[in-house]
This record gives sequence, C-alpha cells and structure tokens, in this order.
Amino acid sequence: MLSLFPNSFGLFMLRLIGIVLLMVSTLVHLPSAWSQENPYIVAYDHNLEEPGSLEVEYFSTFGTQRRGPDFHAYWAELEYGATAWWTTELYLDGQTTFGESTLFTGYRWENRFRPLQNEHLINPVLYVEFENTNGADKILKEVEGHDVEADYAVPNAVARQERAREMEFKLILSSNYKGWNFTENTIATKNLSNEPWEFGYAMGASRPLAMKGAAHRCNFCRQHFVVGVELYGGLGDRYSFGLKDTSHYLGAGLAWNLPSGWTFRFEPTFGLNDNSHQFLLRWGVSREFSGFGSMVGGLFKGRQE
Amino acid sequence: MKLYQFVIVSVLLFSGVIAAAGPQDPPRRTGEESIYDELKKAPDKFRERTNPLANDVDAVAAGGVLFEEHCEECHGKEAMGGKKAPSLRAEEVQNAAPGAIFWILTNGVVRKKMPVWSKLPEPERWQLVSYIKSLGAASARGSQQSRP
Repeated sequence: MLSLFPNSFGLFMLRLIGIVLLMVSTLVHLPSAWSQENPYIVAYDHNLEEPGSLEVEYFSTFGTQRRGPDFHAYWAELEYGATAWWTTELYLDGQTTFGESTLFTGYRWENRFRPLQNEHLINPVLYVEFENTNGADKILKEVEGHDVEADYAVPNAVARQERAREMEFKLILSSNYKGWNFTENTIATKNLSNEPWEFGYAMGASRPLAMKGAAHRCNFCRQHFVVGVELYGGLGDRYSFGLKDTSHYLGAGLAWNLPSGWTFRFEPTFGLNDNSHQFLLRWGVSREFSGFGSMVGGLFKGRQE
Repeated sequence: MKLYQFVIVSVLLFSGVIAAAGPQDPPRRTGEESIYDELKKAPDKFRERTNPLANDVDAVAAGGVLFEEHCEECHGKEAMGGKKAPSLRAEEVQNAAPGAIFWILTNGVVRKKMPVWSKLPEPERWQLVSYIKSLGAASARGSQQSRP
C-alpha cells in the first residue's frame, strides 16, 4: 500500500485519513448542534463554544504569490467548549506550494477565556496560544510583526528547516449590538527563542441577513446567512512598532449556518499594500457536535452502581 | 517530534482536557432552585421590558424552531428538563417576567454552564421568550382539560 505513495506525502495522507476516519466513527453517533457562526476567519469574537460541544472544522486558503509559486494552505481545527467561559482548540496545519511540495507545517493549541460573567457593551476575551510550526506555514491565520509576502516565497525545502515555537496572546474586545457584531483583536506574539515581541491586529463587523427566525425549519432562510468584513495586519515589533514594512488585508465574508449543524464560510481577501499577497481566497466547513464532553468523560468514569 | 508522536500526544492532551471538564453532572434539586434564582437577579431595567413580539402570530412557532436548534440538547424535549439543565416549565420560569427570561438568554449563567446567547439577534431571543412562555400556557390548558 505504501508503495502507492512513495514519498512522505503519502505517509502523511494515510495517517491523516486514519485520524479522520477514527474521528468520524466516533462522532457519527453524536447529535449535531446548530451553531450561529460569524463569517470571520482571522478575527475572533466573544462568542465561545457551548459547553460540552465539539466543533470540527476545516479551512483552506489559496494564496497568490509574486516572485514565487502560488500556494494552498489548510488547517483542521478541533474546538471544544470546556466550560461556558473557556474554549480550547487544537489546530493541525499543512500546505501545498504548487510545483514544490506538500507538507505538514505544525500545530497550535489555543485557549480562550471569558473573564466577565454577564454580557456588556464591550466584552473582553483573553486568548492564549502555543504554536509549534515551521517556516513553511502559510495558513495566515493571523498577521503580525513584519510578516510580508516575500517571506512566503522561500522554497519549502528551505523554509521547513526553520522552527517557530511561539506564544501568542490576544485581547479580544467584541460587542453584539442590534444584530451586529463588532470585534477588535489586539495581538502580541513572542517567539520562544531570542526574538522581539511582535504585534498585530484584526477587526471585523458582521450581521445576519435577517433578525427574526422563521416559523419553520429551513436551510435557505435569510437568518442562516451572516455577512461581514474583516481587516487585519501587522504592527511591527518591539523595536520598530508601526505600519512600516507590514502587510494588511481586507476580506468580505459569508457564513451559511445550516440547521443540520454544518457551517460553510467563504471569504475573498485582498492585500492592501505592496507587502501583502494580492489575493487570498479562503473557505471553510465545520460541524458542531453536542454532547461530546459527556461521551468522552463517560469513558473515563467508572460504572456507578 | 515525528507526526505520529505528535498526534498521540495531542489526542491524549485534548482528551485529558475534555475528560477534566466533563461529563457535566445533572443538576440536583437544590442546584435547580439556585439556577431558578438567577431569574431574580435580572435588573429592573430588563424585568420591566415587554416582549415586542407578544402579538406576533409567528413568534411562538419560530421560537419553537430556535429552541429545538439551540436549547433542546440541554433543556430536553419540550423543555421538560434534562441531565444538564432544568425544566423551563417550572413555575419559577413561567411566572417570571418576560424581560427576566430575555436577560438570562442575553447574559447566560456562565458559572452554571448556561451559555450566553447574545449572538442570536434580539428578535430571535424574544421569539424564544415567546415560546418558553407558551409552554406554561399549554401546560395550564392541558391540566384544565384533564379536569372532570
């Protein structure tokens, strides 16, 4: 079997398929839950995962690259609502650079905490992430420091040698007002090697197409569609804070939340200056499963007489 | 770290977090009472609000659809209560001001596992209030009809 896949890509794909099958066989028995997701792909709002629910997500970014081949980067997310005030999430990243290679580029483990109990005009969420990726990671999940398009033109064989172990912190300030969501994320990242702090931002606004729910179940009702825009970019580092030599992006997104628990997202994104990729096409699919925590917890709990 | 080592470590780590956080114990009777007490914490500003969709003929049906999609998992079919959350047919809920129920939906009871539902637009939250309030009326009608 392995001879059909003579390179490491084959091994990677086999393992990935195995993991996905394992997960699907586990999750297929769980009820799905309808989730009202915003169309953001980079920005975060203050709405955390419902407790005990697991959201399995796949995202894809197609990026144009000047002075180098275009790429397709992708990541899988497992997002779990540990409590109503804590959501934890695991990412697996990979990418294909056309004409070069396909590789697994690393993982991230993020946690979001909601410190205030009630809903306020502005709701803070604290975000802490550890990421262990290599230099070939191209998912552009956030832009920080002096990240510019030219960084992504380095061939995979060279870029993958660079190892990035980083702690990333975000202050998420988000509001829900008259059906709109407005969010602003301030990003600070520290590479655990001797690198300076880097900074970035992301902000977004979104709104469902209808404010009221329909009196019957439907897939194409307007309230299931949420439209939005997001703006994000780098703000330099500790020694050179500001907009000089930074990249910035503007994306217009659409999320379609199906009552069956599936959500589809689509977001064309445009670079706003010469340091940015000219065009990124992002899309994603996710499904929320409720009762996952109870099921896993039950596996670790002895029989009760 | 090789990929398979990483996958094993990640799965164990993630499972550990999930196992530590769950399963969620069913609310005990005393717990239920304290959950209902949350309704009393609604500020007067909210408590005094009237349901703007009270006369909307579709509000109860739409609220029922929303309830099925978002709430039934915890509160049980027809809001009778479940392992994770209390019945919404209880007197405490049915006698509560619509604005107090709206306040709970908007703010959640985060420390007691009730999520914040502010991500639903305000009219959808009011539709949910209409549906929840209709359950009490339905119960009362049912009990009247069953009397000889």
